[in-house]
Amino acid sequence: MKNLKLLAVMVLVFSLSAFTNKTDDNGYKIGDFATDFSLENIDGKMVSLSDFKKAEGFIVVFTCNTCPYAVAYEDRIEALNQKYADKGFPVIAIMPNNTDVMPGDNMEAMRERAKSKGFSFPYLLDKGQQIYPQYGATKTPHIYLLQKTEKGNEVKYIGAIDDNYQDAEAVKVKYVEDAVDALLEGKAIKVTETKAIGCSIKV
Amino acid sequence: MKHLLLILLISVLPIQQEKLEVYDYDGLEPLIHKKDDKVHVVNFWATWCGPCVKELPYFEAINDTYKNENVEVLLVSLDFPSKYDSALKPFIKKNNLKSKVVALNDTDQNRWIPAINEDWSGALPATIIYKGDKRQFYERSFTKEELETELKQFLK
Repeated sequence: MKNLKLLAVMVLVFSLSAFTNKTDDNGYKIGDFATDFSLENIDGKMVSLSDFKKAEGFIVVFTCNTCPYAVAYEDRIEALNQKYADKGFPVIAIMPNNTDVMPGDNMEAMRERAKSKGFSFPYLLDKGQQIYPQYGATKTPHIYLLQKTEKGNEVKYIGAIDDNYQDAEAVKVKYVEDAVDALLEGKAIKVTETKAIGCSIKV
Repeated sequence: MKHLLLILLISVLPIQQEKLEVYDYDGLEPLIHKKDDKVHVVNFWATWCGPCVKELPYFEAINDTYKNENVEVLLVSLDFPSKYDSALKPFIKKNNLKSKVVALNDTDQNRWIPAINEDWSGALPATIIYKGDKRQFYERSFTKEELETELKQFLK
């Protein structure tokens, strides 16, 4: 009887978990190791983190064309890549939305947007939406700063790019830049997690 | 020429009369922590947010259906200030929104998002239902039935 109850509970737990949201509530925390991936870039080539042999880490940005917050940050994302790619921390942008729901985020639209904005970083499509739930990304833009270690790509910062989405000129704290600078100097990152408004990732 | 100016002025006037209450978080805080005996449904949304716009009629329906049961809906818009006149106000008018709409304009999101709820990642839409000290937070979108089910927990 006891076993039967246990079985019933287990079945319940499994069936509940089967219906929960795609995004794992327990996405990456600081200190976790982030998964690598093989996702198609706007140039048709597949891109993985392991392709970047010389990189010391990555600024992984979940972003898209259609979210006003993501659009507000486009130039700042490009500036991050300009500033840090050569220092070993390239930007890797991933578009996580379901493109059937958001046609404005499909590969062709991504290609056009990247061209018109002059993106110098890979802009990858999370086809099948398998990657963002593992990271625990919930919205665009959502940043994960990774540092390459012997054990893998360690999550060092999660959150917003800076503290003012409206006006790049009025920014007081550049969270991502401060975090990358700290890693480059071998210092501890002061602010490791921040919150910001964004568009929910469309499933 | 004078007449033309007058006509222009008259045609512009009604738009200016549509007032929108805009708050920073300190201003909004009392509005989402009312200590009366009503059930308050607070929805964070924006005109550019597809799932928000889709579920907005359900909040409107609740505001209408349950107004005699002490339920009050507050729609907190996170539209950019530059869009208040061009998008938000026309949207409120076009959809004839009956629930109270206010705008939250506070760039220090890392302060007020966790203050609203520790578990909120910042994705829209998001909703609070509260009555007195009882409080539920939802980072998700609703169907009409789902929203009513949640609301009814507070009506008992």
